[in-house]
Amino acid sequence: MNKRLIFLIFLLYISSLDLKAQSVYDDAKNHVCLKCHSSQIISFHNEVIGKEQKKLMNPYYIIDTTGIKNGVHQNFDCTDCHSFEYSTYPHLANLKLEPMASCLDCHGGDPSYATYQFERIDEEFKKSVHFKVSGEDFTCGKCHSQHTYRPTARNSDNVMEIVEYSNSLCLSCHNDMNKYEMVAGHENPKLVQVHEWLPNQELHFKHVRCIECHTEVADSLMVSHNILSKDLAVRKCAECHNSDSRLKASLYKYTNLQNRSDGSVKSILSNESYVIGTQQFPLLKTLSIIIFFLTIAIMKKS
Amino acid sequence: MSSENTKLYFYPVWLRIWHAVNAIGIILLIITGFSLQSGIDSTFINFKLAVNIHNIAGITVAINYLLFFIGNFVTQNIKFYLIKPMGFIKRPMKQAYYYAFGMFRGMKAPYPLSEKRKFNPLQKYAYVGIMYVVVPIVIISGFALLFPEIIIEKVYTLSGVFLTAITHSAAGFFISIFLLIHLYVASIGKSPLENFKSIITGWHNIH
Repeated sequence: MNKRLIFLIFLLYISSLDLKAQSVYDDAKNHVCLKCHSSQIISFHNEVIGKEQKKLMNPYYIIDTTGIKNGVHQNFDCTDCHSFEYSTYPHLANLKLEPMASCLDCHGGDPSYATYQFERIDEEFKKSVHFKVSGEDFTCGKCHSQHTYRPTARNSDNVMEIVEYSNSLCLSCHNDMNKYEMVAGHENPKLVQVHEWLPNQELHFKHVRCIECHTEVADSLMVSHNILSKDLAVRKCAECHNSDSRLKASLYKYTNLQNRSDGSVKSILSNESYVIGTQQFPLLKTLSIIIFFLTIAIMKKS
Repeated sequence: MSSENTKLYFYPVWLRIWHAVNAIGIILLIITGFSLQSGIDSTFINFKLAVNIHNIAGITVAINYLLFFIGNFVTQNIKFYLIKPMGFIKRPMKQAYYYAFGMFRGMKAPYPLSEKRKFNPLQKYAYVGIMYVVVPIVIISGFALLFPEIIIEKVYTLSGVFLTAITHSAAGFFISIFLLIHLYVASIGKSPLENFKSIITGWHNIH
């Protein structure tokens, strides 16, 4: 009997551990915020008219719950950053006017985040065209959604994933008329037209990040944050299509990618991109040199 | 058996035009291809110029290949490329032996050229391999690289563009090796320039 009790307690303990490991966003329907902010239609009791009512949620306020669960801030609950007073509905009008915490408010000066170099990023960002045009209004969150941000360049070993994720940050404004105009004050230029000069445009857009050409590469930073103005962007093919490609200091500098690009057969097999002029595989190169000299030697002999 | 020269009209005009265009095109393709592949960006040949030259020369050579392909069927030129199953290995081996040793010991060519035989067996094998296998590969992969959106995105874990590019440059490399041997073999003869003159005038001297 006693043994059974101990086993039961043990089981309860294990299941409670499991609950702890689950994210607060797992059960969106029963979450105080997400029951509305994860769906397109909200229903609530309208106390003024005393009736149950349905309304459409503002699409900009719908939270991607899958994204949030995979993001860096997955362990935070909404009210860890947003005011606790948001728990009541209708929300108080003044709440929206409260300043939001910026990245540096939490991450700045904290030695446990030293590897991420938040201060250096801020320094670089202050040189960028974004800061020059919009000043302090251009917060980190304009590109890096605090809800869904993932450090892809740091973790992924898939070039395409890094590229797609990074470009989605840029496109979230540069391909969105309203968001772009809100920040820049004028209409967004059409990206396909602006890049008309670029050969194989679609291929470039899919395989390299916007920041490859639009930032000043900083070796000591994981991702360069000094976004350059249009006229300073790279336009010379050979900056990348060269054995000394700038991609080596940007997209291909990540150790998580380099692990598989040592020129061995294995790395050749797992390669997902090809850049004319930079891809040189020692194995094939050696083989071609041997064949070349063998041919010369045979011709000389005969 | 006459020891004096017999002149044969080996190379008709269409073939000579094809050969000349092909020669210039292939040389340009090899130079620019090598420069692109090895990532050399010198003032001598910059990347953008190399890409443009490579594209134009590539398209020209590809169209020119059609002339060669159709021309061979329309005229009787295709017969020189047909490989007989008899002596499939033995014949080219005999020719190889001649090139390696016999030639220097005064041995007579085992397969002397005549109106019926424009290529010796070894030549024939090399030409068939290059013109009907390697060149089509380089043209098809080159066409794919010119329009990369048509390339299959992924073959297992490999990128389609990567595979196509490797195939293209490997085939290109073998063509340049072929060119080296082709030029060398052409220079063997009574005088080193004799065969080069033949492909311009069309007349070939049989000694």
